[in-house]
Amino acid sequence: MNSFDFSVISGSLPYLLQGLGYTVQLTVVACLGGILFGTLLALARLSSIKWLSMLAAGYVNVMRSIPLILVIFWFYFLVPVILQFVLGTERPPQVGPDRSAYITFIMFEAAYFCEIMRAGIQSIPKGQVGAANALGLNYRQSMWLIVLPQAFRNMLPVLLTQTIILFQDTSLVYVLSVTDFLGAASKVAQRDSTLVEMYSFVALVYLAICFSLSMAVKALQKRTQIIR
Amino acid sequence: MENFDLFGALMQPIMEEDPTQWWEMLLSGLYWTLAVSAVSGVVAFSIGSLMGVLRTTSNSTLVFIGNAYVELFRNIPLIVQFFLWYFVVPEFVPPLKEWMIAQDPTIAQFVTAVICLGLFTAARVAEQVKSGILSLSRGQRSAGYALGLTETQTYRFVLLPMAYRIIVPPMTSEAMNLIKNSSVALTIGLTELTFRTREMGEVTFAFFEAYIAATVIYIIVAMTVNRVMALIERRTAVPGYISGGK
Repeated sequence: MNSFDFSVISGSLPYLLQGLGYTVQLTVVACLGGILFGTLLALARLSSIKWLSMLAAGYVNVMRSIPLILVIFWFYFLVPVILQFVLGTERPPQVGPDRSAYITFIMFEAAYFCEIMRAGIQSIPKGQVGAANALGLNYRQSMWLIVLPQAFRNMLPVLLTQTIILFQDTSLVYVLSVTDFLGAASKVAQRDSTLVEMYSFVALVYLAICFSLSMAVKALQKRTQIIR
Repeated sequence: MENFDLFGALMQPIMEEDPTQWWEMLLSGLYWTLAVSAVSGVVAFSIGSLMGVLRTTSNSTLVFIGNAYVELFRNIPLIVQFFLWYFVVPEFVPPLKEWMIAQDPTIAQFVTAVICLGLFTAARVAEQVKSGILSLSRGQRSAGYALGLTETQTYRFVLLPMAYRIIVPPMTSEAMNLIKNSSVALTIGLTELTFRTREMGEVTFAFFEAYIAATVIYIIVAMTVNRVMALIERRTAVPGYISGGK
């Protein structure tokens, strides 16, 4: 270790920030899409229609037993094939790894959000659904107006914690050479051979962001806790 | 996918002059996946237990050390930790760098992966051990002290035997996470299962077959771990606890 030169970071800061921007964008899209699709999956898993709940359970279990990197490879390969089938084009359309990553993370996170939402829905007392039915609400109304808002509120800290994990997990798009925050840093590191500075910087930034976010979640958890 | 041929793809030799078939490559990948997971599991369990215990002691310095450890290892992405251990730490420790260069790269990658995954997973184990100890009623600790046991003895004979039995279910998912996380070791070149799977796809163009094979292997591993842990759970269930006795 002869020279630890942090000036190399300031020079490439705009490029790194661009990478961080992609990371944040990917996290937000995957979080929103994952919660939406995950909630639908949770409703399917809890559904009384047998084949639907089995299909959802199968999807969630498979997604949860294979590594995220394998899922990233799967979707990078599958997305063009499926698009070709859906659009009926002659050749698979060119989908860059940066765009297929959005679909990958939505589909992968949905499995985890599904389990969280399922726990949330199951934590709502049966009397709530009974009361909704007694008031004449149908399934969609009782879910949308009564059960899901409460489940969502109860599970908010867990959902946010999962989002922090997701924020960290998006760094795995590195395996497809996408220029996310880590990808940008590693490209600069290899160009200037400044691996030590770049990777230390990336680690510090992730640590600062994730630590403050998890502190914020803890504070929120204290405030939103319902005293029973 | 017009001509999906799983067995054909798996039986294909990897090169014309090398009769090794792809299924053998995947199995050797699985071997590395399991080896890394097993050894780093031992590291994670030991350090995680220590850190978890520290966080529940009455000494505020020890509590701080335990908390700092968990926050540090939980808030940096695993892949970045891999790069830190593989590219950054050796630069600060010259003898380590010399050792890594002198070694067979596979050994250097294996050791790095074990250290990295072990310390990363230890933070998660510490969290479980802490919550296990805290879930015990306060009377248990007081009873230990009242019997004249020291703090160490109270942990050794009263608190930990109970806490470990209570946290078997969450430790099951940590064990499964560990096996899945070992795939990140492919980023430093360790030839584990996902590495071999991608290699098979890129060489034979049988991406679909390769990924299907790997998915099935991972599911079998996950199910096996799940069954083994369920057995342990039954054997160690604490009578009278909902979490234990099923």
